[in-house]
This record gives sequence, structure tokens and C-alpha cells, in this order.
Amino acid sequence: MKHVFTTSPVLVFSAFLILGGMQLAGQSAPDCLTCHNDPALQDSAGHKASVDGHTFASSVHGSLPCNACHADIKDFPHPDHIAPVDCKTCHADEATALAGSVHSNAKDHPCTSCHGDAHAIFPKTDARSAVYPLNVPRTCGTCHSNDGMAQKHGLPNVYPAYMDSIHGFALSKEGLLVAASCQSCHGSHHILSHKDPQSATYKTNIPKTCGGCHAKIDADYEQGTHGHAVMRGNLKAPVCTDCHTAHSILQPTEAEFRMQSTPICGSCHKDKLSTYHDTFHSQLGSLGGYVETARCWDCHGAHDVLAASDPRSPIAPANLVVTCGRCHAGANLRFVQYQPHANARDRKLNPALFYVRLFMNLLLASVLTFFVIHTVLWLIRARVDQVHNGSGQGGNHA
Amino acid sequence: MPELQEIELQHAEPVEAPTQKRYFTRFTRHQRSLHAVLFSTFLGLAATGLPLRFSESYWARKLAAGVGGFGAILFFHKFCALLLTLAFLVHVKDVFQRGIFHREKGIFWGPTSMVANWKDVKDLFGHMRWFLGLGPKPRFERYAYWEKFDYWAVFWGMIVIGFSGYAMWFAPFFARFLPGWALNAALVIHSEEGLLAILFIFSIHFVNTHLRPDSFPMDMVVFTGVESEEEFKKKRSTEYARLAAEGKLEARLAEAPPSWYVKFSRIVGFTAIFIGLTLLVLTLTAYFS
Repeated sequence: MKHVFTTSPVLVFSAFLILGGMQLAGQSAPDCLTCHNDPALQDSAGHKASVDGHTFASSVHGSLPCNACHADIKDFPHPDHIAPVDCKTCHADEATALAGSVHSNAKDHPCTSCHGDAHAIFPKTDARSAVYPLNVPRTCGTCHSNDGMAQKHGLPNVYPAYMDSIHGFALSKEGLLVAASCQSCHGSHHILSHKDPQSATYKTNIPKTCGGCHAKIDADYEQGTHGHAVMRGNLKAPVCTDCHTAHSILQPTEAEFRMQSTPICGSCHKDKLSTYHDTFHSQLGSLGGYVETARCWDCHGAHDVLAASDPRSPIAPANLVVTCGRCHAGANLRFVQYQPHANARDRKLNPALFYVRLFMNLLLASVLTFFVIHTVLWLIRARVDQVHNGSGQGGNHA
Repeated sequence: MPELQEIELQHAEPVEAPTQKRYFTRFTRHQRSLHAVLFSTFLGLAATGLPLRFSESYWARKLAAGVGGFGAILFFHKFCALLLTLAFLVHVKDVFQRGIFHREKGIFWGPTSMVANWKDVKDLFGHMRWFLGLGPKPRFERYAYWEKFDYWAVFWGMIVIGFSGYAMWFAPFFARFLPGWALNAALVIHSEEGLLAILFIFSIHFVNTHLRPDSFPMDMVVFTGVESEEEFKKKRSTEYARLAAEGKLEARLAEAPPSWYVKFSRIVGFTAIFIGLTLLVLTLTAYFS
């Protein structure tokens, strides 16, 4: 049953029948095709009124008579204007779902916009179908790759972002049928705004939505601090899309993602980002080309981020030798006393470092101040001497 | 300085052929080579260290991308560091060899030593008085007080920057005998001391040694190893007088440097100064932005 419902049939245009005076109850396709097989056939408004009989016959609705959908056609000749086909006669659940969705006020026929030619609807497992997994992005992209449309509804132009993402690559380059495409996350008929708490893309629902495929990561995430916070209703805590983005998802081991990930964490953890910037990890790593230096999640974990006080955390004191040792072969207990977020400006937190920095700054300031004064006075005096006594006309540069 | 006048009188006769300029050795070939290694590796270290220090700045990112990212920059930084360490060790070996094994006088103390003495203190204050027009210009020995300061600043700098640098490079090894916070301190020390070295060398050293009117635009003696009698007498009158009095002046006589070598040195020297000043400007813009 589901199979039939998800490929809802639509028969849009009016038809002219040549068999006069006939009762059309149970009218079969071949009768209508006598006229409508003509590829040039148009109605008085210039709309295409032809049906490819072969394609229709192989389509999901091929066994149905024409007036199963074009129910207002009772006899021949039929009126020039016939009523639009109402798919919900059969597909009531989908119609109800659609009516409550963001697409409910679609101007075009709501079903054919996505399912395509009403006389050529195929099951979604058929590569000819507009909603076959590999065809979905293109189908949705018909509207959602359009800047004007995107602006009008305040939506980002997501199609190119998706196509360049790891999901888009898997789908378009590898033909991976299980790769997430639009409806994997947004659903199909009952698409809701991400602001709607019922939506699969509402913030607190996102872990479950992504977890539909990434089950292990969802389980990890729910164990972690961020997962706990979101479940407690803290909407500031990040969900999958806050770090990975929604449509432009990158392979996390890629340089590009490693470069962009730290500022994302830092957008909430500002103090930690600032102290991270003072370290060699950041200095070496923040300029691209060398992405091996530790980023936030190399030490803190990515999905199951836990406080250092939690013994399961990779930054729990007992785990530091292992965690640091992943990059620093030979890390020992003293080595892991290194503070990756030390603040040399904070006397209370890092007194030793504070005074080291103070000493270095005083040294720098005093040496430079003294010598700048010394050199400027010298230059002035030497110049005066040069002008008045003709001395110091440069060295002879031997 | 009556003794100098006497010496000048004494030397009025030997300098009979005024057409023939006399040149005196100041630095040996070995010393000049060490200086060449020192300044070229220092430029390399500065050029690769500054982008790390100011990794947030625009030019640092451009520079990093230009040379193949920070893997390349770090590699070059370590390469220069090893070369400079080698030069440092060679120099320390030289000093101890001359001072202890060869028992050469004047290495650790005396007028030709790099060790500061009472005259340096007097010269410093005397020089400052002269700057303000309050006294005569001091006459300097082989190494003037600011030259000794340069020397010890570089000496101390190499130990401090070198040690902190190696502590970061081989952090797990150094952590065997250093506390954890020392690794944090290493970066603070390394970057602050490096910044001081860069600012000092590219502003103070450049002006004091090369750009001041007495040497403008460049003192070539560190490249050629020799300087003219006139310059020697003027810049280091006390040393000149002492050598003359000791009768050792002739032993220091040297050939005039070949003109191709002077030209070559000038190109190298100006390139170094140009790179240094560029880095100075970049440092200052990053520091104050």
C-alpha cells in the first residue's frame, strides 16, 4: 500500500474524446489514447494534452482507467475545461500531510511539482522516478537552487551547498542510494519549518534525525555534555548541524573542516578560544597547510564531549597521557601538566606563567626604550656633528 | 687624549705615501663566516618565526600559503635553528680554545675582551653626555660598549631562545626534567625574546652599526674584514693608539679588499637590511593592530 501512496498519481489536463455519446464509466486508456496519443494535441489554452501511452502503461498508474483520476469526464465529447485532478481521492494521507507542510500553498499542482509528469509516475525505487534517491536533489533543486526563490522565502540557496557536501558527493559521484538526500532529513510530504518543534530539523530533533543513519554517533552524542544540555532543553548547546552545518557537511578529517572547526567551538567557548590562540597548537595550525596540530575535538572528543571531571573524558587527568600521547609520542606525567589553555595574563590562574611573561615584557620594554632613546639622540648628535664639523661622511665602505 | 696626538705625530712619517690607502684587519675570515651564518639564519628564523607569532594576521597567512603552508615554515625554522646552534657551538669552542688552551691574553678580560669593564660604563655616560652636548666624544677601544651589548644580547638570546625552542621541539624529552608549566613558559619566553631580538637587531643594531652617519649606508667591515686607516682611527681611536704604542699596528695591516668582493658584499648586506626592515614593518603592523 505504502508503495502506491508514495508515488501519488496525477492526471492533469483535459482530454478530447472522439467516441461520441458513449457512457464513459470505466473508460479504458486505449479509448482516450485514440485522440491523446497525438503528441501535438493541445487544449484551447495551448496546454499540452497528449499522453504517451507506452510510458503511461508502464507507470505506477498504468492499470487505472483515465477517469479514475479525471473523474469529471463522464461522456464524449467532454468539456474543454475539466477540473484539476485531485490526488487525495486515493492518497488521502499524503494530501493531509502536505496540507500541514511548508509546501501547502504551492501555486503549481503540489503533487506534480515533485513527482513530475502525471502520466509518467514511477515507484521511487525506479530510476525513472523524480523521487528516486539519486534524482531527489535535482527535483528539490528545481526550486531550491534558485536564488530568487530562496530570497523570497528567506531560505539559503542550499542546492549547490548540498551537492558539494559529503552527502552530495556520495550521492552524485558514488551513486550511494543510502546517502542522505533532501527527504532523508526533511521528510517528503510533511516538511515543516525548522522553527516548528514538530519538524525533523527542529534543533532538538536533529540528533535523532541524523541518528537515523548515524546511530552510533547519536548514541555517543547523547552521552556527552552537549547532548545532555540539549535534552534538558538548553537550546544554546550545539547539535549536529551547529558544528557540521546542515547542507555543506564536509568530511571531518579534511583540512578544510579542521580549519573551520575551531572557530565554531569558539563561538560559544570564547575564553577557551582566546587561550587556545596563545598556544603553539593554534599558531601553527591557524594558517592552513598544516592541519595536524590539535583542534578542540582532538583532545575533547567530538560527539561525547565530557567535562574533565568525568573519568570517561579524554581530558580527565588519568587519561591525559593517552590523549596527548596520540600525537606526542613519549608523553609522560610531567608532559601532560602542560596547560593547553593557560592564560599568561591571569595572575591567579597561572602565576608562574604570569610572572615569566611580565619579566619578558619588562625586559623587552626596558631594553628597547633605552636603546631607542640612545639611538635617536646619537643620530641627532651625529648629524649635527656632520653638518657643523664635516665629520662622519659615511664610512669609506672598504 | 694627549697620547693619541703623540701617536699621530709619530705616524706622520710612516704614512708617507698618501696615495696608498692603508687597510687594517678587524675580523678574521672565520669570524666573518660566523657572522654570515648568524645573520642569514637569523633572517630565516625571523621570517619563519614571525608568521607563527602573528598567525592571526593577514600577511602571515599569505606568507604561509606562499611557501607551502606551515609544515614548510616549521621545517625551515628548525633547519635555520640547527645551523645557528652549530655556529653558536663553534664560536663557544673558539673562545675557550683561544682563552684556555692557547692561553691567549685578552679574551676574558682587558681592552680586546668582550667582557664589559669600567671603561664601558664611563664610555656609556660619556657618550650620552656628548649626545647632549655636555662633553667630548669618547674614544673607543676595539669593542665599544654598544657592540658588547649587541654581542651579549645575541649570546643570551641564543641560549634563551635556543633552549626554549628545543624544549618545545622535543617537549616529551624535556618534560622528563622540566615541570609542565615550563612548557607553557617556553613558548612565552621563546616568542617574547624572539620579538625582542627581531626588534633590536632590525632597528637598533641596523642604525647603530650601519645607518648612522659615520657608517652610512653600511659598515662593510663585517664582510670585508678590513677597514681603512682613516676609519679605524676615527671609530676606534683608543685601539688604534694602543696598537701603535705597542708597535702592533703593522701586524694588522691588510690588503685592500677586491672591488668585486665589496660589490658582492654590498648586495648581500643591502638584501639583509631590506629583508630585516620589511620584517620590522610587518612586526610593528601586526603588533599594533
